[in-house]
Amino acid sequence: MNETRYESSRTRLAIGAFTATLHRDLVVTGREFVQFLVQALMQPIFFLFIFGKVLPSIGLAAQGFTALLLPGIVALSSMLASLQGVTLPLVLDLGYAREIDDRLLAPQPAWVVAFEKLLIASVRGTIAGLTIFPVGALILGHAFAVRTDRIPALALMIVLTAATGAAIGLLMGTVIKPEQISLMFTLIFTPLIFTGCTYYPWPALEHIRWFQAITMINPLTYCSEGLRYAMVPGNIPTMMFGWVVVALIVGIALCTWAGTRTFLKRVVS
Amino acid sequence: MHSEAAISVRNLSKRYPQAKSNAVDGVSFEVERGGIFGLLGPNGAGKTTTIGVLTTAVVPTGGEASIMGHDVVHDQIRVKQRIAVVPQRPNLDRSLLVREILTFHAAYHGVPRREREEHADQLLKELGLYERRNEKADRYSGGMSQRLMIARALMHKPDVLFLDEPTNNLDPQSRLFLWERIRALNEQGLTILLTTHDMDEADLLCQRIAIMDMGRILVNDTPAELKKLIPGGNSLELRVMTDQTDALTARLNALPGVTKVEVVPDTNPEAERGVTSFRVYAAEAGSLVGDAAHAILESGARVRDISVRQATLEEVFIYLTGKHLR
Repeated sequence: MNETRYESSRTRLAIGAFTATLHRDLVVTGREFVQFLVQALMQPIFFLFIFGKVLPSIGLAAQGFTALLLPGIVALSSMLASLQGVTLPLVLDLGYAREIDDRLLAPQPAWVVAFEKLLIASVRGTIAGLTIFPVGALILGHAFAVRTDRIPALALMIVLTAATGAAIGLLMGTVIKPEQISLMFTLIFTPLIFTGCTYYPWPALEHIRWFQAITMINPLTYCSEGLRYAMVPGNIPTMMFGWVVVALIVGIALCTWAGTRTFLKRVVS
Repeated sequence: MHSEAAISVRNLSKRYPQAKSNAVDGVSFEVERGGIFGLLGPNGAGKTTTIGVLTTAVVPTGGEASIMGHDVVHDQIRVKQRIAVVPQRPNLDRSLLVREILTFHAAYHGVPRREREEHADQLLKELGLYERRNEKADRYSGGMSQRLMIARALMHKPDVLFLDEPTNNLDPQSRLFLWERIRALNEQGLTILLTTHDMDEADLLCQRIAIMDMGRILVNDTPAELKKLIPGGNSLELRVMTDQTDALTARLNALPGVTKVEVVPDTNPEAERGVTSFRVYAAEAGSLVGDAAHAILESGARVRDISVRQATLEEVFIYLTGKHLR
């Protein structure tokens, strides 16, 4: 009916569809921003307050602990924000809502829809990670300390952490069935949070070798350690930064590949 | 030839992984531009899978299909550009406001901003949704959601519209409204493929109907031709006051051209006592009226009512598949 539109190339059509999809998600994220912040910050605020402020004040944690804790909280908040940003909506959408069909029927390949989900979730994770800094400064007061000579490493780590969460989220979101949600969240989130070196530095585990080995399966470990390298003042032992970056990039690539595959299987039969 | 048709399907098959048989099994049909085509069949006949292939959601395991000359497997972007889908169940974007559902849909399809704003308002007005354009869609009733999904489908001015069981679960008023809209859209040049298991709907709307069962197309013809498929498809309905049912049945059977006489059980509880209903099948039932009346009078019975009855699509369907639609 409208012949002129049929002249634009497939690539241009796909880019247009992708941009519009991204715009839609940014509009929706913006509208739910307060809710998003509350969701992303509630837990970290309490963790920072209890573990970073209360425990050291009453002498149950060493003073230096706060500086080690802060990067772990940044890692956890960022990863959970991006992970939840993609997993839950995707499980519901693929399970029964099928709101996503509108975008799958847009003139773009189906994998682009998955990629857009990753991108927007990474943005959410990055925002969540960044907001921990002002919030941390507010809660911790004098105990708030971040080194400023490794800003590029810090920026890289926040983005990698958010992307890791998004990639895991894509995989989880396409594998989990709606009726399994609560069970899977318990089975995955609890171990993820507690074996991810958020509340303790990885090198300190050398006396509990078996546990140190277990933490290495958890991507969050690498995020926490990389952020410790970029944030904690002075010379503290951390996992080697180069290995952290390599491990995260490999992990992101693997989860993205597997998640996109399962995504395609769910939307095209 | 291929580029002439709006939809062209050749030998299409789909076997889902781990399935023992084909969900769609060697289906071929064409829908000409501007046509309304109905896929009719019971649940599990393969209608939804066929639509799935044509709308790029299902990858066929055999054969080929194209929309406006674009292959549905190898040129999905062009296919998606040309088609619109109104699914069985609402899948409206509940994070957006009603009007945004339309404008974003058009944006996904690369429609320029001004055009999509104008078109959205126009469609919202046409479909009686304009007053409630700034609500979220989850407040909408079933009929309104359906109308909104149709508006959304039209936002990018597609050439081919797929309607999957469009009036399922709609109240009679919404159903009539929808039928009217479907016809109007078709008159504007839109090619429409609809699936249904509502025979009246198919009869009323479709220029051609394909009856599907077990993944195959059994027949594909105009509604009028389909109704001629039943041998002696036309019948004479007789309501007669008689106490000699058997004798009258024999007399009617003896009339020229009659293929079968049935005594129809009267389901109406308020039916008159002593009245029996007969159904007389014949190739030309209409011309039998005089002879039948004569035969009844001769047998000493009295005629209450005589009518000529055309086969319904439902009967054609049962005749072809041996099963009811639901």
